[in-house]
Amino acid sequence: MNETAPVSVFVTYLPALPEILLLVGAMALLMVGAFRGERSAEVVNWASIALLLLAAVLVAIMPATGKVLFDGAFIVDSFARFMKILTLIGSAAAIFMSFDYMRRARLEKFEYPILIVLATLGMMMMISANDLIALYLGLEVQSLALYVIAAFRTDSVRSSEAGLKYFVLGALSSGMLLYGCSLIYGFTGTTGFSGIAAAATLGQTNLGLIFGLVFFLAGLAFKVSAVPFHMWTPDVYEGAPTPVTAFFAAAPKVAAMAMFLRAVLAAFPEITPQWQQIVVFISIASMILGAFAAIGQTDIKRLMAYSSIGHMGYALVGLAAGNAAGAQAVIVYLTIYLVMNLGVFACILSMRRSDGMVEDIDELAGLSRNNPPMAFLLAMLLFSLAGIPPLAGFFAKFYVFLAAINAGLYTLAVIGVLSSVVGAYYYLRIVKIIYFDEPAEKFEPMPEGLKAVLGVSGLLVILFFAYPAPLVAAASVAAKSLF
Amino acid sequence: MTIGWPILSAIIFLPVLGALFILAIRGDDEIAVRNARYVALWTTLITFLLSLVIWIEFDPTTHVFQFQEEYGWLGGSINYRVGVDGISMLFVILTTFLMPLCVLASWKAVQSRVKEYMVAFLILETLMVGVFCALDLVVFYLFFEGGLIPMFLIIGVWGGQRRVYASFKFFLYTLLGSVLMLLAIMAMYWEAGTTDIPALLVYKFPVEMQAWLWFAFLASFAVKMPMWPVHTWLPDAHVEAPTAGSVVLAAVLLKMGGYGFLRFSIPMFPLATEQFAPLIFLLSVIAIIYTSLVALAQEDVKKLIAYSSVAHMGFVTMGLFTLTTQGLEGGIFQMLSHGIVSAALFLCVGVIYDRMHTRQIDAYGGLVNRMPLYAFCFMVFTMANVGLPGTSGFVGEFLTLVGAFRVNTWVAFFATTGVILSAAYALWLYRRIIFGPLEKPELKGITDLETREVVVMAPLVVLTILFGFYPAPLLDVMAVSVQNLIKNYESALAAAQQAALAMAR
Repeated sequence: MNETAPVSVFVTYLPALPEILLLVGAMALLMVGAFRGERSAEVVNWASIALLLLAAVLVAIMPATGKVLFDGAFIVDSFARFMKILTLIGSAAAIFMSFDYMRRARLEKFEYPILIVLATLGMMMMISANDLIALYLGLEVQSLALYVIAAFRTDSVRSSEAGLKYFVLGALSSGMLLYGCSLIYGFTGTTGFSGIAAAATLGQTNLGLIFGLVFFLAGLAFKVSAVPFHMWTPDVYEGAPTPVTAFFAAAPKVAAMAMFLRAVLAAFPEITPQWQQIVVFISIASMILGAFAAIGQTDIKRLMAYSSIGHMGYALVGLAAGNAAGAQAVIVYLTIYLVMNLGVFACILSMRRSDGMVEDIDELAGLSRNNPPMAFLLAMLLFSLAGIPPLAGFFAKFYVFLAAINAGLYTLAVIGVLSSVVGAYYYLRIVKIIYFDEPAEKFEPMPEGLKAVLGVSGLLVILFFAYPAPLVAAASVAAKSLF
Repeated sequence: MTIGWPILSAIIFLPVLGALFILAIRGDDEIAVRNARYVALWTTLITFLLSLVIWIEFDPTTHVFQFQEEYGWLGGSINYRVGVDGISMLFVILTTFLMPLCVLASWKAVQSRVKEYMVAFLILETLMVGVFCALDLVVFYLFFEGGLIPMFLIIGVWGGQRRVYASFKFFLYTLLGSVLMLLAIMAMYWEAGTTDIPALLVYKFPVEMQAWLWFAFLASFAVKMPMWPVHTWLPDAHVEAPTAGSVVLAAVLLKMGGYGFLRFSIPMFPLATEQFAPLIFLLSVIAIIYTSLVALAQEDVKKLIAYSSVAHMGFVTMGLFTLTTQGLEGGIFQMLSHGIVSAALFLCVGVIYDRMHTRQIDAYGGLVNRMPLYAFCFMVFTMANVGLPGTSGFVGEFLTLVGAFRVNTWVAFFATTGVILSAAYALWLYRRIIFGPLEKPELKGITDLETREVVVMAPLVVLTILFGFYPAPLLDVMAVSVQNLIKNYESALAAAQQAALAMAR
């Protein structure tokens, strides 16, 4: 009996093994860093990437059959598996892309990759959260790490400002989220999603629960930077060091959206019309603001911030549909979004002259003469972000609008496609600068690592149309586990 | 009819292969550039020859789609499916026929970034042929919209002075129309459960839905066509595009609008078509008269031809929506003829533009004295543009007018005034450029067509006159498909009428 007990504990917690691995790994790497000092940065960098990828492999090979742990607070299903792999890849790529920048900025610190690993741990908990408390825990683990890395460049006022802004507004939104959670708990008597779902039925919705739902959604909207809770995004994107921005734009967005998806679909399936109107509104507002506000931007990081606001709006279109087709669409969208974003940020990280990084869009002028492969891939990524077929971004938009039409949300769909036309304008403007304008001074040669990221991302985006079935099928399986 | 290998996919994707080949060419020196040109020329020529195989093997006695291929693609019921019938096959041939001429026409005119230019054209060819072959709505949309990217770059990189404005306008206008069509495609998918075109052609959409879908498709095709009042992108795009770009734009891209009406709007939404045909007639007649008048006032050769294109497309939409044999066949024939004639006219402009680098009509005059061969070619195409009997332009215009006359005499009457106006602007243009004394000092040294240009012009001259006297090869191919279209349309209307009667009882 005494001998079998540890084994059974192990078996019980086996589904959480990737998370445990990340936690233990991060601690161990922290030790390595603390004892070996700054010299260890490179080792810790690579070790962190290996750790993240190992966790991804573990997630992938473990059975995902809706296992619940910790009294229902933690769930491992195929949706969680898909999103976790996506997040882990996004985080690993973010560390990988930071090498060159960090070395040149003399920011090579071992804390950076460890913070990303910890943030990723939070994201994985968010994705698997099946309970309000677990959700909040995951969220805070993620957010605290993110606040720190936003301000990672301590010698830059803008970076510190970004970190501070992010922290203050993030804390505010966490407060709203918690307040919403407390109301929901108060009116349903439970924090578990399944319990809430059982209590919150259309027949007996009461105002208190709706109030709680509104605050809860406001907190979630802040995390995915949906309008009207988007204000922090442009400043943080612009102020944070560029590799950090690249990270912010990818993995945390995916995780936050996954959390959003599970929270509303698992906890409030019976009162869909109640949250649907809120999601429709923030979706429309995000798409429109993202499209129009990006037009006037001159800083490419700021532009990407507005672009990400718009893209979250499109992803929310799929969520608004509130059915399996919608969830599938969101999953496809996030996957393609992640790939496109990593590619674009690989280019932004390569915008470097002898006197340092440049961020003005006009600096890309004539890139098509100076560096044709990079110009071509970047242009394709931009067309893809605009949603022009046959590139991957088109399929992302195709599926979300397909779901919206299925759910009868015609107004949302029409506004969505029209704002995508407005959005196309600012992407085209960059293509115009790259291809039509007279060449500016050349950039320094692209670091090999960034070349690899850009190449992989560009090829995936261009060739996606040739064999889209695997992603679509996998997303479909993942979406079904939510229902 | 039965070919053991996927010939349509081969035609669609062969140009991509050529494009990859060009990308593999290293260096930017004279030899690399020359190789790129030859690769592009040979690729387009082989594609054209391949496409002739489908014409030879084509069975004109059936309306069923031929040379079909189908592969699983997005999962569910959205598959990669291609095939051609008597209508689409002709557009495929038109496209592949014009591409080698475009490459030849750009031989000397394009000197910067030649490799990228040829790659863009080859990719564009793939997308254009794909549009006409697609037998799945999503595949169709993919090709239809995908064409925007290479065309945007062609106008923007190799265009004239206001190229940025023109390329943006082209891109955003077309995209705006198309996204609404995309939503309609999605609605059709959920309604019918498939995006397979042959299945949708026999699917009966509910009456209320048809009107919405019809307008959504109209938004896209009217912009592409272009119909008045959404034609304003066309003059800008035409004027700023390089010669071959204008040729492709006028000869093929505009036809996608007409093809879309034929393939989707009319057969899939017959009730809405019947209901809104008067609207199309109105817009067509306005387009014919108004843009002809606008053409009269132009100072820029390319702009004049661009406006005349809009007017000619007015005849096409008018003919198609008469739903008579003559109107439909005339509309299709007019599109094909306009594909040849407008392409040729833009090539003619390209010839003098390459020499003098101006498109102003005033800069020319008396060219016949130094360029007799050119004057001859230009005259043939001008006459075809006017619709002189004996040229291909006449057949199309005449048939569409006959069709219109059967449906609505007033429409036919007003449209006929357009024929007179087109004679006015076209002949006046010809007089100002070709005739008169050769006074301008810059023109004294202008040279006549060189061999390469003769090679480009000759097939166009021959076809213009051949199809003017003997249109049967084209009309015979499309006849069965057109009859089937009309039959289905009429039976759908009859069924709806019976249903309405049954309701009334």
